Amino acid sequence: MIPFDYQRAEDAAGAVAAVAADPDARFLGGGTNLVDHMKLGVAAPHRLVDVTRIGLDDVAELPGGGVRIGAGVRNSDLAAHPLVRGRYPALSRALLSGASGQLRNAATTGGNLMQRTRCVYFEDVTTPCNKRAPGTGCSALEGPFTRYHAILGASEHCAATHPSDMAVALNALDAEVRVLGPGGERTIPLDEFHRLPGDAPDRDTVLEHGELITAVELPAPAGAARSTYRKVRDRASYAFALVSVAAVLDLDGGGAVRDVRIALGGVAHKPWRARAAEDALRGGAPGEERIAAAATAAVAAARPLPGNAFKVDLVRATLGSVLRELAAGPAQEPAEPADPADSTENAVEGEGR
Amino acid sequence: MEADVTLRVDGTTRVVRVDTRTTLLDALREKLDATAPKKGCDHGQCGACTVLLNGRRVNACLTFAVAQDGAEVVTAAGLGADGAPHRVQRAFLDNDGFQCGYCTPGQVCSAVGMLEEAAAGWPSAATGDVAAEPVLDDAEIRERMSGNLCRCGAYVNIVAAVREAAADSAGNTGNTDSADSVTSEAAPAGGAEVR
Repeated sequence: MIPFDYQRAEDAAGAVAAVAADPDARFLGGGTNLVDHMKLGVAAPHRLVDVTRIGLDDVAELPGGGVRIGAGVRNSDLAAHPLVRGRYPALSRALLSGASGQLRNAATTGGNLMQRTRCVYFEDVTTPCNKRAPGTGCSALEGPFTRYHAILGASEHCAATHPSDMAVALNALDAEVRVLGPGGERTIPLDEFHRLPGDAPDRDTVLEHGELITAVELPAPAGAARSTYRKVRDRASYAFALVSVAAVLDLDGGGAVRDVRIALGGVAHKPWRARAAEDALRGGAPGEERIAAAATAAVAAARPLPGNAFKVDLVRATLGSVLRELAAGPAQEPAEPADPADSTENAVEGEGR
Repeated sequence: MEADVTLRVDGTTRVVRVDTRTTLLDALREKLDATAPKKGCDHGQCGACTVLLNGRRVNACLTFAVAQDGAEVVTAAGLGADGAPHRVQRAFLDNDGFQCGYCTPGQVCSAVGMLEEAAAGWPSAATGDVAAEPVLDDAEIRERMSGNLCRCGAYVNIVAAVREAAADSAGNTGNTDSADSVTSEAAPAGGAEVR
């Protein structure tokens, strides 16, 4: 590991200024991915700007029933937060299905979005990788280890997948990412936050150098919505997704689909919003025929690599199973106006993390 | 680049000069002679380095010591006293929850942190309804302990030990020994420690 300077930011503006001023500087959150990359030689920043003590660590209810999640909120605190467990169970489930208890206690909301692929060729500095070293080629396209690689949206330059569970749920929940940069604030829909690889797979997200995630905002869940997250993996716990599905289903009084949002994990360079599947479900009750059409539509554009064609069927089966479960299950409790005492308590919970 | 870092380790305040590249694990083991946390994979995958950092279980290998200035660290060596092991340590002994012992300090710290999380009502991936209060059955214990690998494969007895420790903590509210107070003051959802 090359030597680096460490500095602790006192507020978001100071952190942004410090990183923006130095092309070799990086923000340091929980460190669970960046510290590992520095050990592996995948990342070699000359300066780390610690953003864990700048006050972005509370979960607050927004007017209208949405929720604002500070970028520094740890994954474990977010998964256990009453507002998230009650109104956005897909998000709790996604967080809890990722990593381990120890890692979730350290990993932050912003850091989770910024984590990089676990492609073995990306993490092995002895192999060509266009994401780590642009122009050197893509080892995954040559194989043989493509079990965790993309079947949707890949390019001739990169077949990596985004590893986050949380981000898949956030996509299905229509989350927005609040960002502070040298030029001010901007808000990015989660679905537009991560990129497809194209001819620049070294860029995972649309963020520019010096831009800092300050919060993630969730809109209020619909009155009769039901949502979940299902992850399929090689081990029962503590493994990345082969495929995962986050889905939100809102049915009207007659049982017809009023709204549906589906995102897939483990299949693309970004959390994959399955809009074709959503369209196939709309227009009536979510019966067997419509669910089968949605599952087929979700992978109609799939271009698997040798070694991961099984994911096409796995997506179809997992999505079908999730939709049947949601269609048959009860609606969640609707969002209720927050008790002021509760929200104060909730705001205090995240402090000091 | 070097920095002076103050850490409270197993109840004693220590000041140590570290290279900024030094992980908390290496600072503990190589600078402070606190060798209970072990280096297994050094990449956050095995859990052998697990310590309680400001009351919460974390992988000491994946954080730089310089980023933890002012932190309270409890290792497996700080959980009990000579002749008076922590109830989780006692349960590992009583249930033969180890073979070679290399992963054990991490397993014990992880179990202590996990029991606090469960007591605070945190759900897990094994919880059927994440909005409901979880019940700490064997499936929950396995899921919550999945960040700690045991290459001897002592898992059956580790689960038994954690189950016993969980029952002890649920049924015993009168335990006031100092070892327990270290962790009970640092409950995961509401601790007031300064990081």
